[in-house]
Amino acid sequence: MTAVQDTKTIISIKDLNKEYVSSDGKVVRALQNINLDIHEGEFISLIGPSGCGKSTLLRLIADLIQPTNGQLTINGHSANEARKNREYGFVFQSATLYDWRTVLKNVQLPLEVMRYSRKERDQRARDMLKLVDLTDFAEHFPWQLSGGMQQRVSIARALAFEPNLLLMDEPFGALDEMTRERLNNELLEIWGKISSMTVIFVTHNISEAVYLSSRVVVMSPRPGQISQIVDIDLPHPRGPETLDSDRYFHLISEVRHLLREVHD
Amino acid sequence: MSTVSDSQPNPPTPSKIRYNLQEFLDGTGGTVLYFIAILLCLIGAWEGAKFIGQETDYQFELGPIKINLSMTRDLNMPHLKDIAEALSKPSQRQGPPLIEILVKKATYTLRLAIIGFAIGTTIGLALAILFAHSRLLERGLMPYVVASQTVPILALAPMVIIWSEKLFGSREIGMPMITAYLAFFPVTIYTLRGLSDVPPTALELMKSYAATRREILWKLRFPNAVPYIFTALKITAPASVVGTIIAELPTGIQDGLGGAIINFAQYYISGPARLWATNFVTAMAGILFFVTVAFTEWLVIRWKRPSNRLDRWIDTFFKYLRHISPISND
Ligand SMILES: Nc1ncnc2c1ncn2[C@@H]1O[C@H](COP(=O)(O)OP(=O)(O)O)[C@@H](O)[C@H]1O
Ligand SMILES: [Mg+2]
Repeated sequence: MTAVQDTKTIISIKDLNKEYVSSDGKVVRALQNINLDIHEGEFISLIGPSGCGKSTLLRLIADLIQPTNGQLTINGHSANEARKNREYGFVFQSATLYDWRTVLKNVQLPLEVMRYSRKERDQRARDMLKLVDLTDFAEHFPWQLSGGMQQRVSIARALAFEPNLLLMDEPFGALDEMTRERLNNELLEIWGKISSMTVIFVTHNISEAVYLSSRVVVMSPRPGQISQIVDIDLPHPRGPETLDSDRYFHLISEVRHLLREVHD
Repeated sequence: MSTVSDSQPNPPTPSKIRYNLQEFLDGTGGTVLYFIAILLCLIGAWEGAKFIGQETDYQFELGPIKINLSMTRDLNMPHLKDIAEALSKPSQRQGPPLIEILVKKATYTLRLAIIGFAIGTTIGLALAILFAHSRLLERGLMPYVVASQTVPILALAPMVIIWSEKLFGSREIGMPMITAYLAFFPVTIYTLRGLSDVPPTALELMKSYAATRREILWKLRFPNAVPYIFTALKITAPASVVGTIIAELPTGIQDGLGGAIINFAQYYISGPARLWATNFVTAMAGILFFVTVAFTEWLVIRWKRPSNRLDRWIDTFFKYLRHISPISND
């Protein structure tokens, strides 16, 4: 472990590489020499053009896929152990709710797998639904909900077992601008409420990344690499006045320039 | 155009009536009307064919096919009213009306069909879960499962009945076995499909919880397969009735529809309407079984958006049944 700092390192990534081997034997270098430390309580956005390995990096952290080589530790142990210990919640681009479960039962799913008592399952799921403002929809089925509501359920589900790490892969990518803006604020509010929660958020939306994050990791494709990390020093709590501030515009154009370089 | 002011409560304006008619046609009323319309068309086609072809030996050739309109004679195609009459008349002197006998026989056959259906469903589900669990078993056993369905059931039935008699001292035990043999296959195929047709992210979600294979099976794969399973059951329910009738034939048992079919086929010349009446009752038994399965599906799968016309029909139909039935849930 490194020397004691003001914040603990939650994720430490050293010289991480990932190659996919497709069925016809072709090798795709998805990530090359990734080095990144993420501290407790940070809100990190991964941004970059499509195919630059954002999802790959997130899925490596989640131990849904394995690295070709390199080091990746979460809370001081391997990604596999972190998954086994249920240390993170994952939110996919599509809400991935189970159609046959009501909203409440969907939020309870991880709690069932993790053997929480019936009483605690119910209590926690209802608390989470309150957090995402969906109490009235507890007994609805997923198809009866709008896309934005479904995604809120999936966030509630990811938070139900109180992981201190939240991994989100373009969670609002499929939503309209208004809904996205509302959910951004909700997410910030939740992140502010749960102290010490670390969020890693994949997006290709620049203003979203800047508005939400404490750091924006700009990635470049072929092979996927980290090209720059931008500190977002906008004050908290963020709100409508953030969106109007000069600093916000400045940071957006900074990230945009970096992405333009990356694209060529 | 009527001009009733908005302030009046529920004015029966023409547009409102038209709207209600539309609603009626979309709902149960439409279902019933369509059903009756098609029934009338079928009756018309049957009697119309008889009317054109009645009592002629008119033949003509249409390319390689010889068409002989004497096929529509009463012996081959009895009038529908004669079939209805045959149902209401006793088939033997002093006996009860034919319909009563046939309903009793249909009950016997249906009971065996349900037992066979249940056994077949159980075997089908077990095999599918086994196969989903082990690729090796699937690859090893699937060819045999497929091969089992290529053996004509008609050839197999007499053997099974003989074995059943030797083994259990009863021919009746063999009958549901034959039905089950026919019924398990679609259940295995459809269930296997449903167990594996899971969205990749739904699986990754489970993986992110470090869920065990068993939890993935019961919380994801199996619920995902339920609609597929009902598709299979809707195929096997009427097929079970047919399977049981085939199983009855080599037993010589006279209690079921199979016995009645053989019997009335032998006396076809003297009374063709009775065989047709038996066919009608057999079809009704199959439909009854199908509707029961469809109703169960509707009860179980409450979480699905009614997606197609049939679904919506069944939905409105059973909502209507619930509406008029004295048993109310809620
Ligand atoms: N399972 C896979 N097999 C082969 N190649 C893959 C696979 N998943 C992703 N890739 C490739 O890896 C690269 C990075 O993909 P991804 O991480 O999904 O990018 P992003 O999320 O930034 O759009 C892309 O070139 C993609 O085609
Ligand atoms: Mg992606």
